[in-house]
This record gives sequence, C-alpha cells and structure tokens, in this order.
Amino acid sequence: MIRRNFTKLLAGTAMASAFLASPALADDMRIALVVKALGIGFFEAAAKGAEEAAAELGGVEIIYTGPTDTTAEGQIEVINSLIAQGVDAIAISANDPDALVPALKKAMDRGITVISWDSGVAPEGRQMHLNPSSNELIGNMIIKLAADHLPEGGQVAVLSATATATNQNIWIEEMNKVMGNYPGIEVVATVYGDDLADKSYREAQGLMQSYPDLDAIIAPTSVGIVAAAQAVQDAGKAGEINVTGLGLPSEMAGAIESGASKSFAIWNPIDLGYAATMIAHALATGEATAEPGASIPMGRMGEVTLDETNSGAMADPFVYDASNIDEFKSIF
Amino acid sequence: MSTTDRFIPDRLQSPLERRLKSWESLLLLVAIAIFIANSFASPYFLNAWNLSDATFNFTEKAMIAFAMALLIISGEIDLSVASIIALASTAMGAAVQLGAGTPVLILVGLGTGLLCGAFNGFLVTRMGLPSIVVTIGTMSLFRGISYIVLGDQAFRGYPADFAFFGQGYVFWVISFEFVLFALLAVIYGVLLHKTNFGRAVYAIGNNPTGALFSGIRVARVKFILFLLTGLMAGVAAICLTSRLGSTRPSIAFGWELEVVTMVVLGGVNILGGSGSIPGVVIAAFVMGLVTFGLGLLNVPGIVMSIVIGALLIGVIALPRLWKMWRG
Repeated sequence: MIRRNFTKLLAGTAMASAFLASPALADDMRIALVVKALGIGFFEAAAKGAEEAAAELGGVEIIYTGPTDTTAEGQIEVINSLIAQGVDAIAISANDPDALVPALKKAMDRGITVISWDSGVAPEGRQMHLNPSSNELIGNMIIKLAADHLPEGGQVAVLSATATATNQNIWIEEMNKVMGNYPGIEVVATVYGDDLADKSYREAQGLMQSYPDLDAIIAPTSVGIVAAAQAVQDAGKAGEINVTGLGLPSEMAGAIESGASKSFAIWNPIDLGYAATMIAHALATGEATAEPGASIPMGRMGEVTLDETNSGAMADPFVYDASNIDEFKSIF
Repeated sequence: MSTTDRFIPDRLQSPLERRLKSWESLLLLVAIAIFIANSFASPYFLNAWNLSDATFNFTEKAMIAFAMALLIISGEIDLSVASIIALASTAMGAAVQLGAGTPVLILVGLGTGLLCGAFNGFLVTRMGLPSIVVTIGTMSLFRGISYIVLGDQAFRGYPADFAFFGQGYVFWVISFEFVLFALLAVIYGVLLHKTNFGRAVYAIGNNPTGALFSGIRVARVKFILFLLTGLMAGVAAICLTSRLGSTRPSIAFGWELEVVTMVVLGGVNILGGSGSIPGVVIAAFVMGLVTFGLGLLNVPGIVMSIVIGALLIGVIALPRLWKMWRG
C-alpha cells in the first residue's frame, strides 16, 4: 500500500513537472474497482480479491481507485476520469445511491459495463448489484454461530444496535424465523446498546446479572460485539459465555484470543472484490446478461442469481475464528 | 464616493510588487505546462468530450471563488460556503417534495444562499464579530440544519428540466455550467477591476480605517460581499444539485477549503488588499487540469491532494525564493 502510493506519487510528480509516457496495454480488458475511499483496509482487501480474479481470468487489468474521502462528488470525478479512459467495466461501492446515478448512466451510455457491490447504487444507475450476503443468510448465520457451540441447547441473548436500526431488526426477524431449526436454543432477551461502546458494555453486564445461566450473547453489530466481549472478559466469564455475531476481525482479534468469543462472522472483502470482478468480466464480455432471474458465474464463489431489482447475494457471511483471525486482523 | 479612491493601488505596496505583477503570467505558464504534460502523459487527455467532462471538476467551486476573492481582498473570509450549498440544496429538495417546479427551485436555491450570506454579513458587520469565527460557526450551523432535516435520508425526484443546469450542454461540448462560469468570471472581473465598488473593496482590504475616513461605507460594502458569496454558493448549489440529481446533507463536504485554495492560488493575498479575478480564473483551470490529469493516470486522491498542496506552496513560495536568490 505504502509502496504503491509512493510509486504513484512519483508518477504524479513526474507528470506535474515533466513528461511521462507509456499508457497501459490497450488490448487488455480494463475493469475499474471504485471504492468509497482509498486507504481503508476493507477495500484494500477487496482489491486483493480483484487482482486474484484478474490473474485467474487472464488479459484483465484492474484499476483500483477511489476518492480521498467518502463523498459522492469525489466518486463522480473518479467516474468521469474512468469514462475518459474508456475502461470496459466499472464495479463501484457507492458513497451515495442516488447522486452517482447521472454519472454512471453516462458511463453506461458510452458502452461501459457498470455494477455496484457492497454499497449499492439505485437500479437505474447500474446493471446489477452484488450484496455481500442476504438478510436471510445473515439471520441464519448469527444464530447458527451461537448454536454450533451449544450442542445441548442453552440460553442466548441478543445485544442489538438501536431499537430502530433497520438492518439489525431485519436480521433478528430472519433469525426468529429459523429458530425452529435450532431446538433447545432459547432467546431470553433482546437489549439495545445503541451502537455506543459504553451503553453496549453496560447492557451486556446487565444481561449477565439478569441471566446467570446465559450461554451466549449474539451482537449483530460491530460496536456491540466488541463491547459485549469486553464485558464478558472483565466479568471473568470468558469461555463460559460465548460472544458472537457480526464484527470486524481487527477489533475482535483480542476477544478470540481471550476466549470471550469463539467465532463471529462478517463478509469476506477478498471474496467480494473477487466476485465483483468476475461478474463485471462476465457482463463486459457478454458471457452473461444482467436481467431478473439470471445466473451470473463468479468463479470459485459459484453463481449469483438476480432478483427483480437485478441484485443478488454473494454468499453466507464468512466465519472468523482462532484458525484464521491472524490472517484477517491486519486487513480490516 | 470621493475621487481619491481612484488612486488607491490594486496591490499592496511592497518590494514584492514587481514579482506579484507577473503572478498571472507565472500561473498561466504553470497551467500551460500542466496541459502539455497531461497530453503527453495520457492518450485520453486531448479529447473534446473528456476535456468538457474535466471542467465539471472546478466550475461550481470557481463560481464561489469569484465572490470569495472579493471577500478575501476586503479582509474577510467565509468558511461556511460549502454548508450554504448543503442548506440551499436541502431547501430545494424540500421544495420539490412540496411540488415546486424548476423556476421556484431556482428562487429557493438563490434565496437560501442570500439569506445565509445576509446572516453571516449581519453577524460580521453589525455585531462586529470576526468573520473567521462567525463562519466557522455557521459552517456547522447551516450543515447541521441539513442533517436535522434529512438525517440519513435523501431528497430525490427533481423535475427533468432541472437537470439542465448541471448536466446540460449549450453548444456541442460546451456545458451550461462552463458558460455560466465564463459569464460570472467576466461579471466579477468587471465588478472588481472596473467599478467604484471594486476600488472600495481594495481600499477596505488595504486600510479599513482609511477607507472609512475616505467616505467608503465599509460595513455596507462588506455586507454586500457576504451577500454575493452566499448568492454564489446558492448558484453552485443549483448546479451541483442538478448534476447529482439528489440531495444529501453531506453534499459538497469540504469544498470551503478547495475554494479558498483556488482563491489563494489565484494570487489573492489571504490578508486582504490585493488579487485579481483573472488570477482566480487561471487557478481554477490549474486545479481542474491537475485533478483531471492525475485522475486519468488513476493516481489515488490522497496523492492528488498532496500534489495540489505542493503546487500551492510552490507557486506561493516561488516569488519569495526568487527574490531571496536574487537579493
């Protein structure tokens, strides 16, 4: 990362002061991976996945780019320069679902394949959208993570974000739908830490006091899961109460090490960048068409099936535990 | 207006005066060098449509920069311009929800800009507060209102003919925004360099007390400058909102610094008293060309900021270094 930026800095200053030649090979297919902002571990990992896909496909050049801060205006400037370069495809994680539509429409008018991934664009501004996962898959995953370590059944509690948080509420709803598949698991309480570290910590403490036989805390929020793991660790109950849910490997590495969390899940950015590149390539070459009901190949990630809004889910959230946390904690 | 103000010079009297006189030519050389470097660096640069797309990188900011140049020359500053854009855009979005058509939207956008400018101007000229403090405050205030109104939501559904201001073309590759930019450049150029009002702006920047005793209504001139800056932020809000087709409270985030950078790069003394509109026009092109040229090479944004920063310091330091070397 540092080295690449340094090279580009050299290129930039060379351009500003002198002449520079040698554009990229023109016959390669050029796929631009546009991210919310550069310098974010999650997206750097996605770029790694995109490079992996490019190597597998052959004859594909990845242009990894994005603005300095997460603004729509910055991404529009990036899109304009990609249109000017006549890239073959743009795969974007959008800072704004609406503001990018005019710029991306222009890209599509000029024959560029446009898809969004991770953070979507309104349907009229892209050909398809790749969600990292789906609400059903996430709802199932969070309870599965807890149940996998409770073969005899047990008591679990949910520590969510705010009571009005749309995502969390949908996931908990989906989780409740599949509870029948996990006999013996009882959800004893749902509390709200408002995605604030201190409030989540106190709510987790409260859960442990109210339910002395609690076996697991499920926190489908990256703030809540860290706070709950800390509360369990501080109460000396690491190994006794398993904290799980959705979290970031960099923030959860300590909890995995202490045993406060046995495993947790989140999308894998490498897979996401890989799959987005595979889809962009398939659409740009005409191997696949983006239309409701279509299946688009994603290499080693299988196939994605599009719904009526031309969006699809990549896979189950990826599970992180002691076996792979060291590899991912430095990434995001 | 007395006749004496005719004799107040455009520039600060200083040993640097002769160097500063060639500021625009120096900047023009930089712009030409960047243009040539760009055409060699990227095969995509010399293309009418691409160059036209590139102008969108600076036209909206430059519109504000013209008014900001006058304000800074008079010794004041307005850091709330980006937040005025956010508030004006939010007001227009709200108007759309109430069923307003394009003419009403224009009035709402310009009106919000004027009101914000008037508020800044009132606090500075009537209450006697320093403009940097006032506008840091209103920077949070104006955008804060947008956040309260919108939260994480967005206003959409702008009428189809509203898209012309940010996406329309007047003739071939010449966009409406570019024409407006050129028109405003001429208007502000005439206002600053050819009218008594412009003379008064320089006079105030050089010596407010002296200007007051020369019969210039300092507070009134400054109030008008704040109004104009607010109005230009309103114009930019119309163009940007039309270009994006939607409003979020984070719209134009951080633009105030880019506008001030443009003004300073254009040779306007940040302490007031000197500067010119042609300088700001060339600076707008320099910043637009650098951003677009580096973008074509897929240079990351952070490196672009470094290059712009280095350019700013370099161009500002050059005359001084030259003098040190000579003297």
